[in-house]
Amino acid sequence: MSNSSLENGTKHRHKTSNSLSLQQQRVRAAFWFLAPMIVMLFCVAAWPLLRTIYFSFTDTSLTSLYEGEWVWFKNYLSYRELSSGRVIWRGTLADPAWWNAVWNTVRFSFVSVSIEAVLGILVALVLNAEFKGRGLVRAAILIPWAIPTIVSAKMWGWMLNDQFGIINDALLKIGLIDHKIAWTASIDTAMISVLIVDVWKTTPFMALLCLAGLQMIPKDVYEAAKVDGVHPVKVFFKVTLPLVRPALMVAVIFRILDALRIFDLIYVLTPNSKATKTMSIISRENLFEFDKFAYGSAQSTLLFAIIAIFVAAYIWLGKVDLGGKDER
Amino acid sequence: MIKNLKIRALSVATALLLSGVAYAENINYVSGVTGNALENFKEIVAPWEKSTGNSVTFVPMPSSSTDQFGQYRLWLAAGNKDIDIYQTDVIWAPQLAEQFIDLADAAKDLAPKHFKSIIESQTVNGKLVALPIFTDAPALYYRTDLLEKHGASIPKTWEELTTTAQMVQDAERAEGNADIWGFVWQGNAYEGLTCNALEWVKSFGGGQIIEADGTISINNVKAIAAIDLVKTWVGSISPEGVLAYQEEEARGVWQTGNAVFMRNWPYAYGLGNGDDSPIKGKFDVVPLPTGGGHDTSAATLGGWNVAVSKYSEHIDIATSLAVYLASEEAQKTRALVSSNLPTIVALYDDADIAREQPIIPSWKSVFLQAVPRPSAPTKSKYNEVSSKFWSAVHSSLSGDGTTAENFEILEADLQDLKGSGW
Repeated sequence: MSNSSLENGTKHRHKTSNSLSLQQQRVRAAFWFLAPMIVMLFCVAAWPLLRTIYFSFTDTSLTSLYEGEWVWFKNYLSYRELSSGRVIWRGTLADPAWWNAVWNTVRFSFVSVSIEAVLGILVALVLNAEFKGRGLVRAAILIPWAIPTIVSAKMWGWMLNDQFGIINDALLKIGLIDHKIAWTASIDTAMISVLIVDVWKTTPFMALLCLAGLQMIPKDVYEAAKVDGVHPVKVFFKVTLPLVRPALMVAVIFRILDALRIFDLIYVLTPNSKATKTMSIISRENLFEFDKFAYGSAQSTLLFAIIAIFVAAYIWLGKVDLGGKDER
Repeated sequence: MIKNLKIRALSVATALLLSGVAYAENINYVSGVTGNALENFKEIVAPWEKSTGNSVTFVPMPSSSTDQFGQYRLWLAAGNKDIDIYQTDVIWAPQLAEQFIDLADAAKDLAPKHFKSIIESQTVNGKLVALPIFTDAPALYYRTDLLEKHGASIPKTWEELTTTAQMVQDAERAEGNADIWGFVWQGNAYEGLTCNALEWVKSFGGGQIIEADGTISINNVKAIAAIDLVKTWVGSISPEGVLAYQEEEARGVWQTGNAVFMRNWPYAYGLGNGDDSPIKGKFDVVPLPTGGGHDTSAATLGGWNVAVSKYSEHIDIATSLAVYLASEEAQKTRALVSSNLPTIVALYDDADIAREQPIIPSWKSVFLQAVPRPSAPTKSKYNEVSSKFWSAVHSSLSGDGTTAENFEILEADLQDLKGSGW
């Protein structure tokens, strides 16, 4: 094919057709390079997702996975008129337990990611400074992130234990509290306990990504600020923060994704407490513990939708803002 | 000729493989672990391993039966071939019946030796889903030394228990024993709280959540009075953390000598009398108290069974192990090493058991007042019923709404769940 065009075409034509076919070749090669990954992603991500969505429209149960019948939106929302004429609503969207879980998850995500972002930047600023033994401190600060969540949750579970826990013991000895607090049992402190452990665990991750962002900032900007005699606090808000923002945005997106689907930490620390039940916890409960596989699938689907909406909104908001800055 | 030989050799090999005589198989046995369960199991199963030449691998799981159930259900739904035998809770039979084989034939001779009610609880539509290996009924553990020291008597009612526990706790603390608590139990939001709360409600004469005929009975004044009394314990005679305690946390406080009373299952008896236990020989057990002027107490019927997975690749060997574990021999060893209550009637009169574990014959009286959880009437919805019940109780105990409000909502929820029938 390319041979014949070489012989017949004009110089110009020959050039175009050759570059086109090169382009085509590249596309084809790229396709074959990507194909294994696409197949893989389809198998481990798309297929389970589609299947869950399919299940959510059926009345499948865990003991008969292939015998479910199509029931449309019954698992999401349905209503029934009782003989007395009263209308009752059913389904996940009318389930107070589900909305309690949504609220818990959103509250947890908002608070934990906010605290982690602030602490992460602070830690990153410290690590960015030149001091002796910096390498060691950088490595040490990553330890909480490196410990598997199940292990750290169990560890904190014992530390927060009301009778044998070291936290109560320490606070009592210092004199901050006058009686032992049941951290994970009481509904007032259950969420705080979960937040403490999550912040402890994921701040290093946040700090690492922020540190990477900080190191991208050219030194001369700071030198210029120094020459002009700008106050360090002002430098932070006018120079450092805007420049580290892209890195921070990425870190926050990762963390929001993570926080919205939080499961392991809560499952180990406060598994059945109403104050900390999240969307993942409640959908697992319906999927496997109760005889409501399809109902749990509907909740999983909603969880997926909510996360998608959050992330889309966040990226969109971030982009609009960034664009505005660029124009100025 | 050669071909003929080949075929013959092949068929011999196949026969050998099928009969399984020449090859010792390994059976995977999965069970939750509480206390010394793992060590004890090895001792119990050793004779079977020796006589059959097969071996057993114990797959340990968390002690919370709620956690175990979620995992087992997932494995069974996926047709997991790795696990041959599941140790199942007494309440699971109706929910998992389809995934286990029928043991009625294999246990033809054995089943009649067991308590009839227990065999019935494991029979679903005529299919014997699991064989009982031990039964469980909790009792009230009390410190003989402390009661004697402070001149208190063993409480017969929950009200007496409240005052006695408070009195001993106050007196001990005044003497400098700052860590002492009056009463520890299982208040975490999980299946164990359903057991505890069922006992309070039933012993107050408030019914058993859902009666055998499927009626929802939980919203009544006696049940509410029971939970309201328990609510006064949290923070006074029981640590606030009791609302996060399961069996082992309660035993932790008890066995370090920091509790006057404890509600727990029989396994804590053997452990409490272990050589390394600070309270060895300083405690005893009695049936749980009654309350609200009601005259009989209640103990939630627990107990564990063995079921053979229908996805197992060694169903015959697994069945033989299941039958062995439910047999008189294994149950006797189990009673001796881990103070578990046998399900075979005759063992309650066994001389060795009476000598080594004097508690077991006396537990017969506890067992006689055992009350089943409503797993039979609610069938596959039991877990959800139980979860709703423990959540309502947990909310009430932790001050999230009054008991009356919570039980009213619980009743409505259960009615919705029941629909036209369980």
